[in-house]
Amino acid sequence: MILGPFAAGVGLLCLRLDHLRRILVGAVTVAVCGCALALVRLPAPTGLAGFPLNHHWLDLLMALIEIGMGLYVVYVGVRARRPLIVALMVAQAGLMVWFEWTYGSKLQAAHNLFLDKFSVIMALINGVVGGGICLYALGYMREYHEVAHREVADRRPFFFALLFVFMGAMFGIIFANNLLWLFLFWEITTLCSFLLIGYTQTEEARQNSLKALVMNLAGGLAFALAIVWFYQKTGSIELQTLITSKKSLVLLPAALLCFAGITKSAQLPFSGWLLGAMVAPTPVSALLHSSTMVKAGVYLVLRLAPVVTGTTVGLMVALVGAVTFLVGSMAAITTSDAKKVLAWSTVANLGLIVLCGGIGTYSAVWAGVLLIIFHAVAKCLLFLCVGVVEQKLHSRDIEAMSGLILNMPRVAVMMLIGMAGMFLAPFGMLISKWAVLKAVVDAYPALSIFIVFGSSATLFFWVKWMGKLLEVVRPREHIDNRLGLGESVALYGLSTATFLACLFFPVISSSFIEPYILGVFGQSASMSHGNIIIMTIMMVMILLFPLSFINYGRGVRVTDAYLGGANVQSSVRFLGSQNEVQNVTMNNYYLRDFFNEAWLSRWGALSCAALLGIMLVLAFWTVL
Amino acid sequence: MNPWLRLILYLVAAPVVGGLLAGWDRRISARMQSRQGPPIFQPFYDVLKLWKKENIVVRRSQNFYILFFLLLVVFTGALFFAGSDLLLVIFALTLAAIFFVLGAYKASSPYSFIGAERELIQMMAYEPMILLTAIGMYMVTKSFAVHEIASHPTLLVLALPGVFLGFLYTLEIKFRKSPFDLSCSHHAHQELVRGMTTEFSGRTLAMIEIAHWYENVFLLGWVYLFFASSPALGVAASLLVFGFVILVDNVFARLKWQAALKSAWVVAAVLGFGNILVLSLLR
Repeated sequence: MILGPFAAGVGLLCLRLDHLRRILVGAVTVAVCGCALALVRLPAPTGLAGFPLNHHWLDLLMALIEIGMGLYVVYVGVRARRPLIVALMVAQAGLMVWFEWTYGSKLQAAHNLFLDKFSVIMALINGVVGGGICLYALGYMREYHEVAHREVADRRPFFFALLFVFMGAMFGIIFANNLLWLFLFWEITTLCSFLLIGYTQTEEARQNSLKALVMNLAGGLAFALAIVWFYQKTGSIELQTLITSKKSLVLLPAALLCFAGITKSAQLPFSGWLLGAMVAPTPVSALLHSSTMVKAGVYLVLRLAPVVTGTTVGLMVALVGAVTFLVGSMAAITTSDAKKVLAWSTVANLGLIVLCGGIGTYSAVWAGVLLIIFHAVAKCLLFLCVGVVEQKLHSRDIEAMSGLILNMPRVAVMMLIGMAGMFLAPFGMLISKWAVLKAVVDAYPALSIFIVFGSSATLFFWVKWMGKLLEVVRPREHIDNRLGLGESVALYGLSTATFLACLFFPVISSSFIEPYILGVFGQSASMSHGNIIIMTIMMVMILLFPLSFINYGRGVRVTDAYLGGANVQSSVRFLGSQNEVQNVTMNNYYLRDFFNEAWLSRWGALSCAALLGIMLVLAFWTVL
Repeated sequence: MNPWLRLILYLVAAPVVGGLLAGWDRRISARMQSRQGPPIFQPFYDVLKLWKKENIVVRRSQNFYILFFLLLVVFTGALFFAGSDLLLVIFALTLAAIFFVLGAYKASSPYSFIGAERELIQMMAYEPMILLTAIGMYMVTKSFAVHEIASHPTLLVLALPGVFLGFLYTLEIKFRKSPFDLSCSHHAHQELVRGMTTEFSGRTLAMIEIAHWYENVFLLGWVYLFFASSPALGVAASLLVFGFVILVDNVFARLKWQAALKSAWVVAAVLGFGNILVLSLLR
């Protein structure tokens, strides 16, 4: 599964013909999804299943890839005149070379790869959601280059190759048990995201991609330090050993790995790179935000939860997540750029997951895994919808989307489903938020203040966006709203998945999440039977809502809205006081006097940086 | 009492009680303003009359949102009185309120639009305190289930004085009365016209009215929870709270939304969260 996408990536790099590419991308996506589904049916033991995969040439190949990547990054750093990039890369590479040189032959892991229920869940997300994005990208990128952005150099073979390499590396992160392997895949995702963000090669894209590179390299350095320290202390380089070792022994590497996870999942003060990643074409944003990259970060933090739970390090990680959630939710209120709202909301939700990992009790981790699942599906759907809307309306401003339900009904409904999935009862994210709240109150009641204020801000920005889609203030426009095959498959598929994930959430929980939690913590959380029934009733009520449209326009008399003047054209124009025809315009509130985005991010970043500093100092302290 | 019995009792009795409360509200307010005021049953006459009127709309689908608003408010109260999870009750209430707001958006009149925006701000203002109330009750009783909170042996208000005061503050917002009648004023001759409900008429307006009756009874039921260990005191406290809300309605002018949001958040952070902090330190 790891190698498949890599091979496909290399293949795609060589393919120049559009329809051949379509066939290959389709086939590989189906294959990857199939593999991921097959994993589910695999009679894997609930605990650990490892694969001894040791070949000399494999190690050699990996070393070569590492060296190649290192050299490339140094080259990029030199060309962009960014000494920080060079310094970080040299420090990290120097450390690893020294490490492997000194211990070379002794660095053997009993199991390089492993598989448990958590990795199966992640593989499913990566395969299905990531696959959907690749299909969507086929149609999207064609339109992107041939209609919307003719000025951007067409490098589609490169683009698709990167998508698949990215996907493969993500599978690698999920299945790797050998920390050195995990590190390699970790660095591949860093490099891929750098290349994808900079795809358009505009000045802004280049700057933002370099920003992403710097931040993720800092995380990479922490990762390298963690490996070296861990090996020095215990003589092992296996993730599973790290998780089951004595807390005091591995607290420092765990803290360093959490730091790496926090950079990758774009928590404050590192949220800048994810917000900057909006400049890339939509499929890239969707990929970074939902199934890969940021999920790799929170995956690692959640894996480490049993180590950090109950420690001050864990509390600091939790606080970083909590502050990020609050700041991200409030910042999302102030912006009308659809992609930016989504980006802030991703940052906020990842904060919630990091919070779960930091608390690290069994119920918190249960909630965290749920969040990962629901967030991936709904967020991906939203990004892909915004991408379609942007191409048709040539704007991604939320204010431009008013009346979308009239002009692009199908996409608008899918967007509404995605948003409902993000915050409304009884959809998934809300189930998870509820679980998070319970877990937090049990562990650290004081942290609940971040959640209650953050989630009320969440409510505000989603509902006003939903309202914007529904209201009608302009006469109907004729917009070509046909969708390509790949786009339709991805959008309809993800909409259905949002519903299915909610309907079958008890099954997902009992057959995947609970066995994993049980295996790690010895006890597991779940939702009581009665509450599941209530949730299902609510779900059925929501599903009945579209049925009420059977009565559409029956038994009512339609009249004009009251506009405070003489209406001219059916509720959308009126005669103003100067006897001239006025258009009705309505703009949402953004409360910029209340929540200042720059102020919020500055103070959020400062406080989170301070928290991370305290965390690392404390971790070092325990060692000394 | 059997939860099913309580549930059925709520479904049947809540609109009656809610309507009577609304009648009293109008009567007492009138007396405070040296007027005679309408009969106690006036709200029922109003709703009956609205029900028979022609249904006029601006957008053909706007009424469906209100129907689901009503259904979900009833559902929320049903969950509460059947004794289920308090957090679930809050989420159901939020969902109901969102349907109301979306209906106002759908109507697409500038006045209902402003009303919808303001209602959202109000939701953002009261949501933290409502969640903190549930958390506070959980910390005292170790359970989110309403039936377990209700059967807790001590008076919750003694352990949660700050939370109770904060909850009272949010009730003012939730009842949509002055100083927080920002989203739909009861008097249609002002700059807001009728806010969110501007474009709703006939049967749909009647539904909004009935939903408010159900909602008010549910909210007073929540006030009762603070005093649940002594039922007589609980009922008296709920009625007193309702009287207090009417008094405040008549004494205060409308606040700006900025003041509403700011003050509600400060109250939640100081009274509500302060109380919870003290509880967690004492634990």
